[in-house]
Amino acid sequence: MKYIDEYRNEKTARRLAAKLERLVTRRWVLMEICGGQTHTILRYGLDQLLPEKVRLVHGPGCPVCVTPLEMIDRALYLASRPNVTFVSYGDMLRVPGSKSDLLQVKAAGGDVRVVYSPLQALEIARAHPERDVVFFAIGFETTAPANAKAVWQARHEGLTNFSVLASHVLVPPAIRLLLKSPRNLVQGFVAPGHVCTVMGYREYAALSREFHVPVVVGGFEPTDLLEAVVMLVSQLEEGRAEVENQYARAVKREGNRPARKLVTKVFRVCDRKWRGMGFIPRSGLRLRRKYARHDAEQRFDLTGFSAEEPAECRSAEVLQGLAEPIECPAFGKRCTPQHPLGALMVSAEGACSAYYRYRGWEVIPEGGLP
Amino acid sequence: MSDAGFELTCPAPLPAGERVLLGHGSGGRLSEALLRDVFLPAFSNPVLAQLNDQAEVCVNGHRLAFTTDSFVVQPLFFPGGDIGSLAVHGTVNDLVVGGARPLCLSAAFIIEEGLPMETLRRVVSSLREAAAEAGVDVVTGDTKVVEKGGADGLFLNTSGIGLVPEGVRLSADHARPGDRILLSGPIGEHGIAVLAQREGLELEGPIKSDSAALHGLVAAILAATTKVRCMRDPTRGGLSAALNEIAVQSRVGMVIDERAIPVRAEVQGACELLGLDPLYVANEGKLVAIVEASAADSALAAMRGDPLGMDARIIGRVCDTHPGVVEMRTAIGTTRIVDLLTGDQLPRIC
Repeated sequence: MKYIDEYRNEKTARRLAAKLERLVTRRWVLMEICGGQTHTILRYGLDQLLPEKVRLVHGPGCPVCVTPLEMIDRALYLASRPNVTFVSYGDMLRVPGSKSDLLQVKAAGGDVRVVYSPLQALEIARAHPERDVVFFAIGFETTAPANAKAVWQARHEGLTNFSVLASHVLVPPAIRLLLKSPRNLVQGFVAPGHVCTVMGYREYAALSREFHVPVVVGGFEPTDLLEAVVMLVSQLEEGRAEVENQYARAVKREGNRPARKLVTKVFRVCDRKWRGMGFIPRSGLRLRRKYARHDAEQRFDLTGFSAEEPAECRSAEVLQGLAEPIECPAFGKRCTPQHPLGALMVSAEGACSAYYRYRGWEVIPEGGLP
Repeated sequence: MSDAGFELTCPAPLPAGERVLLGHGSGGRLSEALLRDVFLPAFSNPVLAQLNDQAEVCVNGHRLAFTTDSFVVQPLFFPGGDIGSLAVHGTVNDLVVGGARPLCLSAAFIIEEGLPMETLRRVVSSLREAAAEAGVDVVTGDTKVVEKGGADGLFLNTSGIGLVPEGVRLSADHARPGDRILLSGPIGEHGIAVLAQREGLELEGPIKSDSAALHGLVAAILAATTKVRCMRDPTRGGLSAALNEIAVQSRVGMVIDERAIPVRAEVQGACELLGLDPLYVANEGKLVAIVEASAADSALAAMRGDPLGMDARIIGRVCDTHPGVVEMRTAIGTTRIVDLLTGDQLPRIC
């Protein structure tokens, strides 16, 4: 299949691995930001092809994983209301809030529906004017344009029964936070390709200059990621710190201008709490006042939600690249995809879940997985 | 930033779920848990404990295969089939993968009040044709009508009885290290066809369900060799669930080769788009056979000689390392495990 097979090719993978082997003289720690990239790395066992000196750690780029607990509790509250139809992307359904998850709310009678696009949520709102249709608008810059489009369209059509519970997050402020941490180990970043298709990579150039750190915009296929690693290691070995674009077949420097314009029209930047990382200034998006009617946080009383996150697992350290999932004592024992302690074990893109799925048997005793 | 800026915390685990979730019917780990915690303890007996797709009971020296399956597919009609033909294929296939020759079927209809009579007639006619093609009669049945909202249009249940010929002994606990794993054709077509129809996804090129009765294919294999250990039709939970079940029940490991597993471009494309893995997508007309190495080529030739097995491949082998675990050699030459999912595959955000 075109655009797939050539990027999942053993010969190309081995050639890139050999090149890396020749390049590397020192130990380097690199981070891929995006959960989709983490998934590819584990699904294709890319670390098996890397020289021992190159270590990949997994960043905070899984939108499901970083959505704060109280936001999920708000979603659960809304989904439980008798007049609300709660619409979400599929992988939010299993994420535990403080007491339940959307799958359980659905089983208890809540009207919870899965869609592939926010525009499908608009269709539900049009078809059911008697219902309050709320869409769970989460994600990074990648999903923001489609969500902005849905809100803009709803206002345009006067669709008063449609609102969004927005919990958008932005990548560059999280990287900044990681780089400013005195515990930071990461020497180079694979920037999230899909985010950059929308946003371009100017913001990453600024980060690269400010912190003198190499950044390579990377794709999502196995040889994309290997090539991005080769490019990062070349920069590091040569003492360069620049932004380079490995994912040129999809990403342009300026990104997608009409999409960005729409996002700016509908959303404004706000401070946002990240699950496992805490408050990060100017790291999120919320609806502009003009769209307040379509803002679920304005439409419903959602104040008074606060959730204690007891120190049970090491997700936050994993999100910062300070620990690997298998270093957590709960991994595969008290924390499994069936009984997740934290969101990283829930989403397919969460690092812990990816390790469990593709590596579990290496760390879990004989006789199969529990 | 100070370290205090990070909160090194994570949420507490959920209490055990108090209700049945959709995922309990997915064929993944939740289904397994339901079976283990609720059904097996209640009905514990040696026949059930085999956990095959069909139960084998001995009557007057004859080995009878007995199985039952319910069908709740939405929409009722989809490209390549409908609930009527599916109800025949599902039950016939559960019989034949145990080596049985199907004898007869029952059909029970749970109908929602208000269902157009024309719809019911179409389903019944399709069921009759499928049964005739598979060479079985529907010899008994039942009808219930429930109030509007009590069923989603129409639910169907079929049960089937078959006769296991002398000398045929197939069971999911028979796989042995060294055996070869054969797959009859490309995977994921039924699941994606139904999903695309249900969600109104406009995909490039039509994807038809592979729904079909496997009696001819199985007969061809069993005529070609006596060295078949076991067979499965990889329905819900997909190829992954079928292989994992055999690996666990036989206490063996498996190694499969990603590049050997056929997936049609249309199905692959839909899966890429939706963030689904074809290994976990349902099939309704495919067969997995575990065969002794010495007979693998003759079994493969027999499969390829049948219209339903033209694209058959040897996709891997059974091994004595990592019992209960299915390992896959990926397209780029690395390895990973193919685990059971917790519940249904959930489409990803981006």
